[in-house]
Amino acid sequence: MALLEVRDLSVRFVRRHEPTVSAVDGISFDVHPGSTVGLVGESGCGKSVTSLAIMGLLPQRGTEVSGSAKLAGSELLRLSRREFDRRRGKEIGMVFQDPLTSLNPVVPIGVQISEVIERHRGLSRRDAKREAARLLDRVGIPDPTRRLGEYSHQLSGGMRQRALIAMALACEPRLLIADEPTTALDVTIQAQILSLLRELVAETDTALIMITHDLGVVAGMCDEVNVLYAGRIVERAQRHELFSRPRHPYTAGLMASVPRLDSPRGQRLAPIDGSVADNIPWERGCAFSPRCGNALAVCGQRAPELETTDAGEQLRCHNPVDATETVERADD
Amino acid sequence: MGATGVVRRTVAAGPPGDAQRGERERKHRLSGALPGGAHGFPQTTEDSGLLRYTVRRLGQLLIVTVVLSVLLFGWLRALPGGPVSALLGERATEESRARLVEQLGLDQPLYVQYWKFLGRALTGDFGVSTGVQPGTPAMEVFLQRMPATLELSVLALLLAVAVGIPLGYLAARRQGGWLDNLSITWSLIGVAVPVFFLAFLLKYVFAIEFGVLPASGRQEAGLDATHATGFYVLDGLLTREWDAAWNAFVHLLLPAVALSTIPFAVIFRLTRASVLDVVEEDYVRTARSKGLGAMVVRGRHILRNAMLPVVTTIGLQTGALLSGAVLTEQVFNIAGLGQALSLGFQRQDYAVLQVVILATAMVYVLVNLLVDLAYAAIDPRLRTR
Ligand SMILES: Nc1ncnc2c1ncn2[C@@H]1O[C@H](COP(=O)(O)OP(=O)(O)O)[C@@H](O)[C@H]1O
Ligand SMILES: [Mg+2]
Repeated sequence: MALLEVRDLSVRFVRRHEPTVSAVDGISFDVHPGSTVGLVGESGCGKSVTSLAIMGLLPQRGTEVSGSAKLAGSELLRLSRREFDRRRGKEIGMVFQDPLTSLNPVVPIGVQISEVIERHRGLSRRDAKREAARLLDRVGIPDPTRRLGEYSHQLSGGMRQRALIAMALACEPRLLIADEPTTALDVTIQAQILSLLRELVAETDTALIMITHDLGVVAGMCDEVNVLYAGRIVERAQRHELFSRPRHPYTAGLMASVPRLDSPRGQRLAPIDGSVADNIPWERGCAFSPRCGNALAVCGQRAPELETTDAGEQLRCHNPVDATETVERADD
Repeated sequence: MGATGVVRRTVAAGPPGDAQRGERERKHRLSGALPGGAHGFPQTTEDSGLLRYTVRRLGQLLIVTVVLSVLLFGWLRALPGGPVSALLGERATEESRARLVEQLGLDQPLYVQYWKFLGRALTGDFGVSTGVQPGTPAMEVFLQRMPATLELSVLALLLAVAVGIPLGYLAARRQGGWLDNLSITWSLIGVAVPVFFLAFLLKYVFAIEFGVLPASGRQEAGLDATHATGFYVLDGLLTREWDAAWNAFVHLLLPAVALSTIPFAVIFRLTRASVLDVVEEDYVRTARSKGLGAMVVRGRHILRNAMLPVVTTIGLQTGALLSGAVLTEQVFNIAGLGQALSLGFQRQDYAVLQVVILATAMVYVLVNLLVDLAYAAIDPRLRTR
């Protein structure tokens, strides 16, 4: 059985005086223990909203969540706030995008780590503090005992994210959600944080949902990848299959817009035409069709369903990229 | 990595780029450091930074006091009339006037008068009251009356804080609800209605119409209470004369409520706005993601941050309290500094006006220094770097 089963998850933001936003539109995916699942897509496609829905962290007012998200068989989406608080931080940990704003500026780092240990593991304040120091050491922060008393402004960006990872993993959750954990960091630090995450997850057999807009991160981390577009999954495949044979024109477009070591010198990168502003609503057809080079007449009339291909991938497209056409990649 | 030779790079239409991140980082720092910046806190690693800061502020206090004393000295003497007319009336003879003028030293050049005043003031001698309590040293008048005003102001501030902060928090968390709307309206009325009028209204309704609270004074005369410190409530508690303490407290209630309305409104509105800002912060979401109980999220993560601007405001409210005390003491006939000020102006009592105004200005500056230090105690960004 999957550790996390998300079924038909939809999130709509209903605002007075504003059109309703359908941020997530019937998403389903599974996460198995010890595996890393990627949620990939452009900014605004609903990645964060998906993770916040699973964490029960969406604003309560004006938000309509439907569908189901079961953690180890027990439904999360209908938990009361109080019930959620007993499980968040303990069974699911989350690492956010911006380590600077995600840490409380007036509470010492040590307290921000030990509070979650005290809360869920029932340790005394002293033991929790010792445990916090151990965790800081584990995530690679030197001189952890001194760092416990410091504040976020005294830490570097990379250290802050390490501290946040320590918090999220403090209770050894079975599932970790990382929402663009490296986007706000310098490139050299990004690699360090990713390898730390990879290491910790492997070590503790934690399942990881890796949210990113960065295909490099996907290539380095994920076992399975879900490509999101306008709130829906448009393609799901194992990492290797996805990179070697992207079927959805959007996925293919993403890859073409990224420089590759093996591409001929001087070859232009091809960004995807248009922007999400050109999207049509899924009710009218494929949201991506106005930007799509492969679009047929049917694409603007009827939205494709997510279907299993012969190769066992999931694909939502009337006219996928031909498997033979794009295969120019090589090394593994 | 590089299973496919992909080099890490932001894909098309990628999210926040460097510019945006820089902006966010700057905003974050500013939001925390701005009040501190306004305070001019030194941002150093050593604790001595705070000490140096305190010393510098005390130096400023000295300069402010001296400058204020010069201005005050000149300004009082530029007012029409003067203590002589006030003491002797308009129809006194030239001779008696001249004698009094000489006696008070008012015939000397202003700078000589000031110089003498300064010399005596340094020894604690601010001259003799000519109007408020003629013949009593002005310092003594001040010391006698100060406890009444302090007692009143402290209770008013406590009321404002004790009601304003929790109500501000609740209103923010139930934004747009009935409690929110009600308290906003209430705070608006509090600011809009003059303290003087409100004091009269309270007195009329609760003291005269319903008679549930005393209408004036600080304590019932017949109680024969011991007054060791001059703070009547405190006196009663110290001497275990509970009825005296209670009686003094009951006398304070109406004036304190009247006096607290403006500080309450300011503290309430700022708390509300500040909580609304803070609950949107990423670190509150982080706290929730850790499953911390509502109490910890509220106290440690929301309120501690939301209190930063409020703390500063509390210091600034001392000014509103002191000016409000003038009117409140008038209405409730309390022999405090406010009353001394209005009497002093009516009767042109230079000595009393000088000591009261200088002392309150010093209190104002000192309170704000304490507030700044309290701010630094809450906000580590001002202590360390
Ligand atoms: N609280 C909210 N209220 C209204 N709209 C929201 C809210 N949060 C997110 N959205 C909208 O939902 C969509 C998906 O957002 P998000 O999940 O944050 O995207 P991303 O994939 O970049 O993480 C966006 O169009 C965004 O504007
Ligand atoms: Mg996001």
